[in-house]
Amino acid sequence: MRRRIVASPGAWIVWGLVAIFFVGLAGVIGSVVVNSFGVRWFDTWLPEAYTVDWYGQAWKDFTLLPVLTVTLVVCLLVAVISVLVGVPAAYVLARRKFPGSRLLYLLFLLPILMPPITYGIPLATVLYKYGLAGHLSGVVLANLVPSVPFVILTMTPFIEQIDPAVERAARMCGARTRHVFTSILAPLLVPGILAASILVVVRTVGMFELTFLTAGPDSQTLVVALFYSMSAAGIRAQQSVDAMAVIYCVMMLTLLVVALRFVNPTQLVARVKEDPE
Amino acid sequence: MTAPTLAVRHRLAERGIDPQLLLLVPATVFVVALFVYPFCYGIAVSLQPAQGGALAAYRTFFSDAYQRDTITTTLAIALPAALFNVLAAVPIAYRMRGRFRGKRLLTTVLVVPITLGTVLTAEGLLNFLGPTGWFNRVLIFLKVTDQPVTLTHNYWGVFFSLIITGFPFAFLLVLSYLSGIDPSLERAAATLGAGWVQRFFRITLPLLAPGLATTFCLTFVLAFSVFPSAILVGDPSGSTRVISIAAYEAAYVRYDYAGASAAAIVMGAVELLVISVVLGLRSLLYTGSTAGGKG
Amino acid sequence: MTTFETLRLDGVTRRFAGADALAGLDLEIRRGEFIALLGPSGCGKSTALNCLAGLLPLSDGSIWRDGTRLDTLPPERRGFGMVFQNYALFPHMSVRKNVSFGLKMRGVARAEIRRRTDEAIRLVHLEEHAAKLPGQLSGGQQQRVAIARAVVVEPSLVLMDEPLSNLDAKLRLEMRTEIRRLHQNLGLTTVYVTHDQEEALSMADRLVVLRAGRVQQIGTPEEVHNRPANRHVADFLGFRNLLPGIAGGGSVKINNWQVSGTPVGAVAEGDPVVAAIRPEDVVLGGGSGIEVTVEVVEYHGREIAAEARTVDGLPLHLRTSERLAPGDKVAVAFPPERLLVFPA
Repeated sequence: MRRRIVASPGAWIVWGLVAIFFVGLAGVIGSVVVNSFGVRWFDTWLPEAYTVDWYGQAWKDFTLLPVLTVTLVVCLLVAVISVLVGVPAAYVLARRKFPGSRLLYLLFLLPILMPPITYGIPLATVLYKYGLAGHLSGVVLANLVPSVPFVILTMTPFIEQIDPAVERAARMCGARTRHVFTSILAPLLVPGILAASILVVVRTVGMFELTFLTAGPDSQTLVVALFYSMSAAGIRAQQSVDAMAVIYCVMMLTLLVVALRFVNPTQLVARVKEDPE
Repeated sequence: MTAPTLAVRHRLAERGIDPQLLLLVPATVFVVALFVYPFCYGIAVSLQPAQGGALAAYRTFFSDAYQRDTITTTLAIALPAALFNVLAAVPIAYRMRGRFRGKRLLTTVLVVPITLGTVLTAEGLLNFLGPTGWFNRVLIFLKVTDQPVTLTHNYWGVFFSLIITGFPFAFLLVLSYLSGIDPSLERAAATLGAGWVQRFFRITLPLLAPGLATTFCLTFVLAFSVFPSAILVGDPSGSTRVISIAAYEAAYVRYDYAGASAAAIVMGAVELLVISVVLGLRSLLYTGSTAGGKG
Repeated sequence: MTTFETLRLDGVTRRFAGADALAGLDLEIRRGEFIALLGPSGCGKSTALNCLAGLLPLSDGSIWRDGTRLDTLPPERRGFGMVFQNYALFPHMSVRKNVSFGLKMRGVARAEIRRRTDEAIRLVHLEEHAAKLPGQLSGGQQQRVAIARAVVVEPSLVLMDEPLSNLDAKLRLEMRTEIRRLHQNLGLTTVYVTHDQEEALSMADRLVVLRAGRVQQIGTPEEVHNRPANRHVADFLGFRNLLPGIAGGGSVKINNWQVSGTPVGAVAEGDPVVAAIRPEDVVLGGGSGIEVTVEVVEYHGREIAAEARTVDGLPLHLRTSERLAPGDKVAVAFPPERLLVFPA
């Protein structure tokens, strides 16, 4: 009996669809990259000549150094705060059942489920009212809204993986609650915490809506600056906007490579384990 | 410690209430202060417009066709996009659920568009699908058409941007649900004489269906909140004027905070409605363990 | 560490969602005793152990070490050691770190920690594995680490929660002896939870048999083995034949045959009863016996275990060194002192 080498029609269709998707994706990213290096590109397959000048111009015109600094500071603050606030909550939610625990879980789920615009507009209004929006603190606070719940959801499976008997064993060895946390849980949770914080950084760099609604002129992150330069098209050369897009792209992909050292691609999208219902 | 307080602590501890729950306080305060309070504040603002009664902002929203139609516009973009993403993801994920070389590479590449986000995708689509972009050049070169096809600054631009970011998301979710289904179940069905069509429709699909409902919800949320791409690659004053644009304009162009809050709340309500319908249907399905035996 | 003369459990009760998981357990543990809590799963034996450890708050009752009330103290201040079913070793710490953890928590001086850790590791024969992580050890080795970790702090009481249930049969027998030896040599007081009656009978000084949260019997292995307090204990301790009947003066009427047995508890004439006998106590042959037909035969080395059926359809388990085959018809008899009659 000969093994069938030719793939079935179903397989052809499936792989064909995947190929079309990837060609499209390559086209989308490729045209941005090529344009950012092109001297003049109009109505031809490729630009007439290549240059790196657009990067210098983008760096100067869009004041990218402060923008990048802001992006970095915002991401670090959001990651650190959401881990500090989210991990203890995730611990209790993963380990304990108490009256209202399901309700609380739902409360933490909502900010992830709702479109950022729906709560972003009232949130921005409130933050402006208290004078918190328009600068860095507002951007950080707004970005924490989805990040804290995200850390909780990401950390819950990590915590569930740790056998509760290990904690009980530590107690039986005479460890107080503080010691259980510092000597047992913290070391075991380090991989989870790293994964959660790198994911929060990726999400915060890409988070457009909330930053857009709360940022002032000198507290824009890269993605918001990119949006402004795009929607004000015509003022700046398209290539210089694309140069900025490429910088954003490189930053995101670097983060992605780092993130994938800690988590698998599926975890970037959702927690792998579905919560048991 | 006196005896009565001890007894009370005992009784509370028995119901799962003890000082450890204090660890929840910071996160709860955060969510209440930055999510619940602003939301309630938004509702309050929406009910106190500059003129008219308590519901005037909502009445204006629903009586003005330019505002009201944003609901159908948003749904007309989000529902087909979410549905397409989920339906396309199923067969592809089904083919790829096993192990094969390059699977990790494939999933990694798929994460790229999710990571890049809608703003960058929009910029790329403008270049790629624009009248002089590579896509139209290929079509003209292949003599499929002699006029460039308009795929940007209209419905299709937004739709494509939602597929580029939404499809990988749906795919990876479906893949993770599929790999959670014990493969020995399909093998068991095969030993009982089921062909692949029967195996898929009788075993895998019923077990996958709740996961698909969840995937649809999450993809829909993503598509429903479309904002930057609706402005950049869409037609923000016409065919892709989605609710979020209406809300944004009310707040930052017209400074009508009551109207903006009303639009935002209508948006949230419509979204929750769709999700609860889907989740309601999901609850009719089998949602237990997808492992074969004990697990 | 704190030593004691007696540890007293006084009506220890634990309710989960309104249902009694453990109801009114009274028990006095003397220093140096090896107590086994025995019962089927869900009988409350692990609940009892966790209440004793302080990992579960009591719903009612109290626990006393001599004159000190213990049940209000958190687990880390009771000074007990515990071995868990799945060992619960700290996965990120080496064997040595695992064992020394308790000493460190108690603020023992460094040189002392070193000395006692070394000693404990030597005691469980793990000298050459001291630097390994738990994940690199076999199940039996992990078990030894868990035991060393529990005894290194010289606890006043060692609690063991089905510590052998994850090991294979051969290792289980070895560890049984090992644990009993440690108990004797170190002068420990041990409370041991198991669902394995053989394990409990062979290791313990006293057994506490539990069922549905209630104590059924407390006694030495001989007492529990030879005179189970009721039909449930009998059932759990290997009386596989439980035959329903009616009590008559000094005998039992089962269907339409009469057998004589030993009544346990209040049995009056005419009461419905259960006559219980172990398969190995059923005697084959003899003219006056009851005729049964052999249906299934299992090979057990020197003996066989057979399931047979009487003419009127009652199933009967027996063990014998005779070679039987399915279909054989044999006569069986029940020695009256081995046939226990319980109220139904």
